[in-house]
Formats: sequence, structure tokens, C-alpha cells
Amino acid sequence: MKKRIQVPGLDEASILADARKILAPQIEDRSRRLFLLRGLTLGGVAMLSGCNITDNESVETALSSMSRFNDRVQGWLFNPNAMAPTYPESMITRPFPFNAFYGIDEAPTVEEEGYRLEVTGLVADKRSWRLEELRAMAQTEQITRHICVEGWSAIGRWGGVRFSDFLKRIGADTDAKYVGFKCADDYYTSIDMATALHAQTLLTLTYDGAVLPRQYGFPMKLRMPTKLGYKNPKHIQAIFVSNTYSGGFWEDQGYNWFGGS
Amino acid sequence: MSQSTASPKSSHPRWLRLTHWLNALAVLVMVTSGWRIYNASPIYEFSFPTSITLGGWLGGALQWHFAAMWFLAINGLIYLAFNLFSGRLKRRFFPVSPRGVLHDLWAALRGKLGHADLSHYNQVQRVAYLFVMVDITLLVLSGLVLWKSVQFPLLRELLFGYEGARRVHFFAMALLVAFVAVHLLMVALVPKTLWAMIVGRKEQV
Repeated sequence: MKKRIQVPGLDEASILADARKILAPQIEDRSRRLFLLRGLTLGGVAMLSGCNITDNESVETALSSMSRFNDRVQGWLFNPNAMAPTYPESMITRPFPFNAFYGIDEAPTVEEEGYRLEVTGLVADKRSWRLEELRAMAQTEQITRHICVEGWSAIGRWGGVRFSDFLKRIGADTDAKYVGFKCADDYYTSIDMATALHAQTLLTLTYDGAVLPRQYGFPMKLRMPTKLGYKNPKHIQAIFVSNTYSGGFWEDQGYNWFGGS
Repeated sequence: MSQSTASPKSSHPRWLRLTHWLNALAVLVMVTSGWRIYNASPIYEFSFPTSITLGGWLGGALQWHFAAMWFLAINGLIYLAFNLFSGRLKRRFFPVSPRGVLHDLWAALRGKLGHADLSHYNQVQRVAYLFVMVDITLLVLSGLVLWKSVQFPLLRELLFGYEGARRVHFFAMALLVAFVAVHLLMVALVPKTLWAMIVGRKEQV
């Protein structure tokens, strides 16, 4: 937990907001415990899997290590030359669904004027980027299927800079393991380098031919048709290349890290 | 293990009983966690009652589902390999014909189908067990498309694309659950078959 300094004259609203921030992870943690408890009430499952009903930690550990195992299998299965199917314009889902861990009205508003994309980590050129500079790079477009972890899917049209071009431009160490993202909505995630370099991985600046609107992630999102929706960060503010695993918003709560299609 | 399990009287060899019960457990976990995953975005106008699902929330259900899938698939392959190479598949499940199935079904409905020899499957059993092998195979294949639709393009196209595979996966699940319901009913009607699946031979009279 963060250390907080008491400042006199704090208003009620900000105290409440802070309290929620501190409590949220604990509430999340409790609901995770609950899911395991509920899971274990299912007759026989606990007994036959060799785990004590009260020993939730060991079940959680076993499931997590299976998830890590599945990360490795997916990394091994990932074919950098396998392309996600593309579709004609007539098949685009309209309106394309909004989806986030908050409502559409709470989507962050980022002003283009002051916006700079921060680049850090294992890269040669760490200077920040303005949107104009990204728009000046070679642009590409794709109509692909977005598959949500919940099961639904929708076809959309995204345009922008091929992410591999961008990584080359900033002199990223492409032998590094991970590329991480920090977003204006406090979302964060990280991906494997192989997927980052995939030809269909786009640093997306447009949706359906227009500037990427706020609800779809202005000023930019990383669009990967080879990964599930929650792996595609919106409102990106910072990109970092690293060899250290940094997880993600949903991944840290139990979603599979690789999350590939 | 006692000698009787290895004797020729054993209608259910040890590998069969082991893979059967592991499969039952894997199916229980896969189906109940699958229902929870389905509930996150139902394809049809209904959801499964939360109390009979496994995982507590989508992320938990996915963890169970993607862990148990290995047990279902590997155990299933071991079962099929034993069945195939021991000659049991050919011996126990064939011949099977539509006429034979109808004949035995009719006899069963009149209560005139004997279960004296548990090592002999009647034609209704044969077709039901063959069906469930094919159905679980279809569940695994459609599941592969849902998990890795980009990495398995041929399979994806054969199963009508990602959205098609979702429906195939759902219906194959529904048929599996229907099989289990009938299977359990039959076991309740002829309880000695349960004993055979546990100890490997029919009850001593």
C-alpha cells in the first residue's frame, strides 16, 4: 500500500476516493477467495483433486501455475506468420461495442495538445512522441475480428502505424521479452515481443477511417487481432520495453497473461 | 490389486476404469466452469444458475476450464489409444447397425434386454458410447478453435468460423450433458454396472 501524507483541509470527496482506491484491491481479493470457496463446494471436485477444502491457497496456486503453463504453450503455438482473418467492410459490426472496466461516460478525455507518448526501457531513442509525428509515419489499415474474453466478438476497422515499424524506429531491443503499456484510464498490460512484432499488430490512431474516438481509446490503442480484447490497451500514455514481467490490470486478477487467439 | 481384476472374467480392465473416472471428473469441471464462461456473454436467451457453476467469476471459471482441458484431452487420448490398440474398440463396439440399434432399443423399452454379461454391450450401448467419444472429440476441437482461432485456421473454417465454433461447442456440450443424464439413469436402473466400473467385475452372486 502507498504511504500517504496527511494534508489538512482535504475535502470529503477526495478522502472517499482515496479510501476506495485503497480498499478496491482488498475487495477484489475477497471476491477471489469467494470464487474459490464457491468452486470448492462443488461435490467431489475438491476431494478428487487431492486438495483440502479449506486449503484454498493450494488450489489457487495450482490454477495459477496451470495458467503460467498455458502462457508457455501459447508462446510456443504462436506462429508469427499466421494472420488473423480479415473481412469486407460490409461485415463491420455497427455500432462497434464499447467495453471497459468502467462505463462509457467515464472513458478518459485526453487532449491532443499536451499529449506526449512516453517511451522507456530497452530502447535506443527515449524521446516522447506527439500524435502528429505518429501520423507522419507509414499508415496501414485492417478489418479484423475483436474477440472478447467473455466470448462475444465484433468486427471493426482500425488504422495506424504497424507496431513493428514503431519499435524499429525507436530502436527497441527486439530480443527483449516484453512490451508494456500504461494508460490514461489507469489500465495497464504487457505483451510478448513476438506478438508485438506481428504484422497485424497496429499502434491504432483511427477507427473506421476517422480519428480514434474517445470511447475506442483516443489518442491511441494497441490493436492485436491475435489477442483477446483485454490485451488491447486503449488511451496509451507510455510504452516500455523490458525483460521483467509486469502483468496487467486483469491479468493480475486471474485472466491468462498471454491471452492469445 | 486382486487377481480377479486381471482374470479373464474382468469386464472392465483397470485402465478403462481409471480413464473413465478421470474423464468423469474432467467433464464435471469442464461443463460447470464452461457454464460460468457462457454466462459472461450468453449466446441464447438464458443463463445457467450461478449455484451450479464452477469458478465464482469469469476469470476463475476460465482458470478451471483451461486447466481441466489438459486432463480431458490427455486422458481421452490415453483411453482411445488403449481402446484402439488392445482391440477392445473393435471387439466391444462393433458391429453396430441402425437395425441392430432399433432392435435393442425396442427390447430395452419392453424391459427384455438382459445385462447378464456386462462385457457384452448391446447395440444401444455401443452407439451411445461411440457417440460420446465423437462428441468429446468435437468439444475438444471446437474448444481449440475458441482458444486459438488464429493458430488453427483449417479447424476454424471447418467449424464455421469463430462464431460458428461457439455454437458447435455449445451444442456438443448440451449433447454430452444429455448423454450423462441418460447414462446415470441407466446406471440407476442396473446398479451392478456401477460396481463393475469400480472394481472391474460383476457382482458375485
